[in-house]
Amino acid sequence: MDYSTFRQIADSWGLLYLFVLFIAVIIFTFRPGSKKVAEDVSMIPLKEDDKDV
Amino acid sequence: MRNGTEAVVVGIAAFLTFLAAGFAQDDLFRAHAWILFAILAIATVVLFRRVEFAPAGQSVAARDTSGYMDDVIRYGTIATLFWGITGFLVGVIIAAQLAWPQFNIEPWLNFGRLRPVHTSAVIFAFGGNALICTSFYVVQRTCRARLFGGNLAWFVFWGYQLFIVMAATGYLLGSTQSKEYAEPEWYVDLWLTVVWVAYLVVFMGTIVRRKEPHIYVANWFFLSFIITVAMLHLVNNAAVPVSFLGSKSYSAFAGVQDALTQWWYGHNAVGFFLTAGFLGMMYYFVPKQANRPVFSYRLSIIHFWALIFLYIWAGPHHLHYTALPDWAQTLGMVFSIMLWMPSWGGMINGLMTLQGAWDKLRTDPILRMFVISLAFYGMSTFEGPMMSIKSVNSLSHYTDWTIGHVHSGALGWNGMITFGALYYLVPKLWNRERLYSLRLVNWHLWLATIGIVIYAAVLWVAGITQGLMWREYDDQGFLVNSFIETVSAIHPEYVMRTIGGLLYLCGALIMAYNVWRTIRGDVRNEVPMGGGQLAPAPVAAE
Repeated sequence: MDYSTFRQIADSWGLLYLFVLFIAVIIFTFRPGSKKVAEDVSMIPLKEDDKDV
Repeated sequence: MRNGTEAVVVGIAAFLTFLAAGFAQDDLFRAHAWILFAILAIATVVLFRRVEFAPAGQSVAARDTSGYMDDVIRYGTIATLFWGITGFLVGVIIAAQLAWPQFNIEPWLNFGRLRPVHTSAVIFAFGGNALICTSFYVVQRTCRARLFGGNLAWFVFWGYQLFIVMAATGYLLGSTQSKEYAEPEWYVDLWLTVVWVAYLVVFMGTIVRRKEPHIYVANWFFLSFIITVAMLHLVNNAAVPVSFLGSKSYSAFAGVQDALTQWWYGHNAVGFFLTAGFLGMMYYFVPKQANRPVFSYRLSIIHFWALIFLYIWAGPHHLHYTALPDWAQTLGMVFSIMLWMPSWGGMINGLMTLQGAWDKLRTDPILRMFVISLAFYGMSTFEGPMMSIKSVNSLSHYTDWTIGHVHSGALGWNGMITFGALYYLVPKLWNRERLYSLRLVNWHLWLATIGIVIYAAVLWVAGITQGLMWREYDDQGFLVNSFIETVSAIHPEYVMRTIGGLLYLCGALIMAYNVWRTIRGDVRNEVPMGGGQLAPAPVAAE
């Protein structure tokens, strides 16, 4: 594959792929019910941290 | 038998290094091989003295591997502090060399050789050790699992120290491949690759065997830092050695491709080493110290992915107005400006974690350190995108403004958050009730903050002075200033930046004293921070 072909794929399909992936991440993060999950997991560091392995 | 295999392997490596010194193709490689031989020979003796035998038919009693693996983190804490002070000291020395050239001592201690010692010592030795030891601490606590791989974590620690020593001695001897922040020659690069893969195995292995179902966001940041740095290191250091036992190599890339690869590496070292990794620290230690969960967990996920998607494209802003194609320069600039958003997402998330707990700042200088750190993170991630705009860059590039910008990020954000994390860790790791003195932490905080402010402010002045003098034309179209005139114009600023650095170093020395006394188990008898109790508000008469 020469440079020009590679670049064309990168700035069309490559760009679209990354963009769609990013939008999907945002949608997934704000899916219904995610607020409760996020609040629960944000407590992970505050649990007892010296004994239980 | 315990430690037997390790001792033999290190012994064989020492012998092979001895052979390498004998058959070396050039003096640099020979000197470097002798240094490595000396280190490995000492390591062999130490390991052999630690070999433990069991009676026939029995095996050595197994070590207790039930709790968290914290020994290696204790070593990492000390190493972080040691390399930090070393790096700051070398920084002050080279700042003094710029102000007073007499301090250049040829050939080993001139500016050209000491400068990479400073940058590598603060970024990779201080920052790297901080990242390795805090990531080991955080991943165990948030996964509720012991570090994976047994002694592999020790290999990562000692292997990384060996990399640092080889890199630093190489710079002093004059061995460099001339790539900024990636100066070590090919054989040191290969060694770092081995160590880094082991680091990834330990970290990933611990995540895989976690007892906590969810992978906490700090570990996402640490993991992205480890993986991306591996990728950057491998691509940027692709080179062909001239000989198997020689110190010289040639880059696999040429011309502008080489420059772009270098700054793709260089800027993502900032993005993933100094930003993503340290954000991992932030997402654990700020909630712990404030004793509150992070402000918005969903914001942390969004800004994580935004940071990952955007940072990797920002490198070309280091090559404005060069042979790099215009479209690539513009691309780098646009992505740098977009980066402002995820960066401030992180800053806001960290600062807002203190929502409802701001009163703790009156009594807790460690929390103050985190707040100052996040403030500098916000400031330098605003300044950076602004400087990446081509018209601004035409004034700022190649001037000391850039150096001021880097230091407000490195001293302010990376330094302060590391100090805060170490102050949090030391009493925990050594089972002490609290630090020796919180008032000394406060002294450290203010010495460091004033040092940074002086440093950044005078280099703004110096940088803009340089930029304006370089572009000044007379009515005939000739340049008005010779280069040396622009150098002598900023001599006062160079003196002041040395003083700023000196203050920062003093703060770190106070920290070393405080940590030492804490480890000894001393507690200073002092008035608590915050000036005692507040009087209750008078009750208003009806």
